[in-house]
Amino acid sequence: MKIAVCIKQVPNREWQPRLDDSKTWIREQDAAFEMNEPDAYALEEALRLKEKHGGEVVVCSAGPARVSQVIREALARGADRAIHVEDDGLASADAFTTADALAAAMKEDEFDLVLTGLQSDDQGFAQVGVVLAERLGRPHATIIMEVQIGDGGSQRPPSPGLRVKRELEGGWFQWVAMPLPAVLTIQSGINQLRYATLKGIMAAKKKEIRKVSPTSLPAGASAGKQKIVSLYVPEKAKKTQIIQGSPAEAAKELVRKLRDEARVIA
Amino acid sequence: MILVIAEQRDGKLNRATWETIVGAQQLAKVSGAPITVLVPGAKAAGVAAELAAAQTNEVVTVEHAALEPYTPDGFTATLQAVIAQLSPAYVFLPHTYQTRDFAPKLAARLDRAIVTDVTAVKAVAGETAFVRPMFQGKLTADIVPQGPAPHFITFQIGAYRIDQVVKGPAAAPLRALDVTVDASTIRQKPEAPFQQARQAVDLSQAERIVSVGRGIKEQSNIALAQQLAEALGAEIAASRPICDAGWLPMERQVGSSGQTVAPKLYLALGISGAIQHLVGMKGASTVVAINKDPDAPIFEIADFGIVGDLFEIVPAMIAALKA
Repeated sequence: MKIAVCIKQVPNREWQPRLDDSKTWIREQDAAFEMNEPDAYALEEALRLKEKHGGEVVVCSAGPARVSQVIREALARGADRAIHVEDDGLASADAFTTADALAAAMKEDEFDLVLTGLQSDDQGFAQVGVVLAERLGRPHATIIMEVQIGDGGSQRPPSPGLRVKRELEGGWFQWVAMPLPAVLTIQSGINQLRYATLKGIMAAKKKEIRKVSPTSLPAGASAGKQKIVSLYVPEKAKKTQIIQGSPAEAAKELVRKLRDEARVIA
Repeated sequence: MILVIAEQRDGKLNRATWETIVGAQQLAKVSGAPITVLVPGAKAAGVAAELAAAQTNEVVTVEHAALEPYTPDGFTATLQAVIAQLSPAYVFLPHTYQTRDFAPKLAARLDRAIVTDVTAVKAVAGETAFVRPMFQGKLTADIVPQGPAPHFITFQIGAYRIDQVVKGPAAAPLRALDVTVDASTIRQKPEAPFQQARQAVDLSQAERIVSVGRGIKEQSNIALAQQLAEALGAEIAASRPICDAGWLPMERQVGSSGQTVAPKLYLALGISGAIQHLVGMKGASTVVAINKDPDAPIFEIADFGIVGDLFEIVPAMIAALKA
C-alpha cells in the first residue's frame, strides 16, 4: 500500500493574531507554527495502516520553506519520505491552488490511498481533500472515523477496496465502501497520536525530501479563486461584562451576578 | 439567479436550509436577483411545498436514482446537470457535513470558486463580499470570489435566525426538473446511517452546563470542573479535544459533531471557542467564559467573562457558592 498524507503547517494555538500592512494576511514573522491537528491524526492513521498492511507512507506538503519543520516532524514519527511543493505564495493560497499544487506533485507516485485532515486550523476551508480527489480522478469520503482495507479474503470491504466510517452530524455515523485508489479526509480523534522518539528523530535526518516547484501558481498571495479583501479582528456579537479583580474577588462577583442579575442559579 | 440547494433526508428538511434562504434573500434585496430553491432527492415534494412558504421565485425538485442514497459522486453528477439547465450566478448551500462532502467536488468539477462557512453577505467597494471566520475564529475575512459564475457559497449553521425568513404573499410556484445522469459512475456504496450508542446523557435538556476545553490541561483536573458543576447544579460537558483524548465520554461533547444545547447557564472553562464548538451552544441564554487568553473567540459571545487562571478562579467560585 502506497499511502500519501497531506499535512499543513499552521500558526500554533497560543498565537495572538497580528495583521500585515496590507490588512489581508497575517504577519508571518510573528507567528510560531505547528502541524495542523487533523493532519496529525491523518498521519497517525496512515502509519497504523502501513503497520497492518505494509507499504510506505509519503508526507506531502505545499507551502513556503518553513514547512520543512512539520515535514521533519512527520518523518520522525515514522513517515518514509516526503514531497514538498515549495513556494512563498502557497502560505496564503486558496484550496484550489493548494490542491492543484499537491495533485501535480503527487501524480507520478500513483498512491493507493491519500489522507488529509478534514480541515485546517488556519483558513479552515475544508476543501483541499475533496478538490484533490476530483483533480486526481479518485472517489472520496469525508470526516472519517475508521478505515478498513480489503485483504482479498472477504466480500466486505471490496477487494481491493475500502470500507470507512463517516461521521454525520449529531452523533450519527455511516459506513461507506469504495474501490481503491481513493482519497479520505480524517476527523480528529480517530486514533491516539504517537510522539516522535529520539531514534525516529535521528532516522528522519536521512529520509528523502523531494522538493518540487509549483508549475502554474497564480501570481500574488490570494490570486486564486478567492480574494481576501479584508482581514480583521471580529466584532463582538454580545457586550461582554469582563469582571476584574483578584481571582477570589472576580469569582465572588461572578457568583453574585449569576444569582442577582442573570438569575440563573439559586 | 441565486440557486439555494435545500438539504433533506427521507422527506425531512434540514432546518439549516431556512438560514441559507435568509442569506439568499439578503443578497436578493440588494442585487434584485431572483431566487430558485432546489430540493434534491426522493420524497422532495413535501419538503418543496414546505419551502414554498418563503418569498422566492420558484421551488424546483429533482428526483433521480443517482441521488438515493446520498453519495458525493451522485450529487456532483446530478447537480452539475441541474446547474447546466438553470445557469445560476450563485449557488448557496448550508455548511452541513453533507455539503462539505460534495460541494467542493462540484465546484472543482466546474472549476468555479467556492467560499465555505460564510456568516454574512456585504458590499465592499461595489463588490459582493462574503464574511467568514479564519484562524479558528480569531480573525474574520471578507472574501470576494473570483472568476466566472456560478460562485458557490456555503453558510455556517447559525449564521442567520430561521425567523428572519421573509414569507411570500402566496406559495412560490413548484416545478419538477428532468436531468440525465449516468448513475453507473457512482463509486461509493453507502450503508444505512446509525447512532453509535443510545445517548445516555441528554444535555439538550440541561438547565446549567459547565463545559471544559483544552485549558483544563490534564485529565486529573476534570475533577475540579466536576466540583464546580455540583456546586452549581450543572451537568458537565466538554469541547471535542477533551472527548477525543478520552478525558470525558463522547456523549458529553458539545458542538457540531456532538450535542446542541440551550441551557440557562453555559459556563465555559478554558474553551477558546472554535466555530465547531460555538454552533453547539449559541442557544444558551447566559454564557460565562473563564479563559487566560483575552482574545479567545469565546469572549465574543459571552455575557460575563473573567480573564485569568481557571485553576485559581474555579476553587474561589466553589467557595463563593458554598458561602
